[in-house]
Amino acid sequence: MAKTFTLEVITPDRKVLSDSEITSVVLPGVEGYLGALAHHEPLMTSLAIGELDYHRTDGQVNAMAVTGGFVEIFDNKITVLADTAELREEIDLPRAEDSVRRAEERLASRPDDFDLERAQISLKRALNRLSVARKQF
Amino acid sequence: MANAKDIRRRIRTVKNIEKLTNAMKMVAAARLRKAQERALVARPYAEKMAEVMANLAGSVGEIDHPLLEVREEKNIAYVVIGAERGLAGSFNSNVMNKALREIGTRDPATVKLVLVGKKAVGFFRKKPYEIAADMEVGSKMNFVDIKKVTTKVRMMFENGDVDAVYLIYAKFISAMRQVPTAARLLPMAKPETQEFVKSEFVFEPDAAALLGTLLPKYVDTGVYQALVESQASEQGARMSAMSAATKNAGEMISNLTLVYNKARQAAITKEITEIVGGAEAQK
Repeated sequence: MAKTFTLEVITPDRKVLSDSEITSVVLPGVEGYLGALAHHEPLMTSLAIGELDYHRTDGQVNAMAVTGGFVEIFDNKITVLADTAELREEIDLPRAEDSVRRAEERLASRPDDFDLERAQISLKRALNRLSVARKQF
Repeated sequence: MANAKDIRRRIRTVKNIEKLTNAMKMVAAARLRKAQERALVARPYAEKMAEVMANLAGSVGEIDHPLLEVREEKNIAYVVIGAERGLAGSFNSNVMNKALREIGTRDPATVKLVLVGKKAVGFFRKKPYEIAADMEVGSKMNFVDIKKVTTKVRMMFENGDVDAVYLIYAKFISAMRQVPTAARLLPMAKPETQEFVKSEFVFEPDAAALLGTLLPKYVDTGVYQALVESQASEQGARMSAMSAATKNAGEMISNLTLVYNKARQAAITKEITEIVGGAEAQK
């Protein structure tokens, strides 16, 4: 049996995931995606907008869309403090598509109180959620 | 003594009020449970955050960050968290009075206010202080929603517009007890360092940069925590206020019923006396 570790994903609103049967995880660090197996060396990094994949010891694979935050790997435990995190099955596909459209419209129309950076980030977030929701394993 | 019809009408009115306050009490109780849950789930995040900060601070050694800079407190910003609606007993006025006490005799020109909740805006609109920002609160507020306010607050502090930021909100003790509290948000207290893990971690990017991204988030978490607690407090206050109102209405109904019965009895007695008197006169 593969070695396992604990993965916890916490947002200010809720505890998204707490699972001790994880064999590997891939997460979006600010300096690029990084993969971790059990007994990874202690590490801290910021989280970018992206997709977090994890494999369970029973062969299950799942993904979640995370936006910004922080990761701590310590003592065979990975703690993800994300601003937002949504499991793949929780994402409402029509809503995700809608928010992509809205974000694109905003970028195209540039209303008065337009903030380029924020609009780009929200588009990125929306696209990320969409790609996670559509992911097939 | 008022006549029976008037009393009956009053009893009916009070009964309606009783129904209303009772319904509000139930709603507040349900919302209180939800708000308490939210406050509870927000806690692990805040705790973990503090822990990570401690680890980081321990590895960085001497920390230097604009959000930690202590200056002479000339200009001060107060973040006042009120409610969106009234009928919550003294909830709003307690928080507002706490804010006024905190501001004290300070020159209005040195005070900036950041107001959360319609009631807070309504209270301070006619006061001589500058309102730097305001926002509405909803029961479905999430962490992303409050960023608008926290970013503004952080900017005011970093730009030097204000030298300190205080948070004023109703701390949730229990459903029956809420304490208006003032806490300093900025400059932040230096995170406590944890020595034993020092330099064991790999940091990506370096620890100082990480701390730079983490500190603002820590501030946001503080505001979020206060907001969630304030919402629980509001529902708690409303629940006890409405419970008291329902009780008072019940008392009033029984008093009025007593008066009504007396009035009715008096009317009957009077009628009998009149009939007897009339019959007597016929003889």
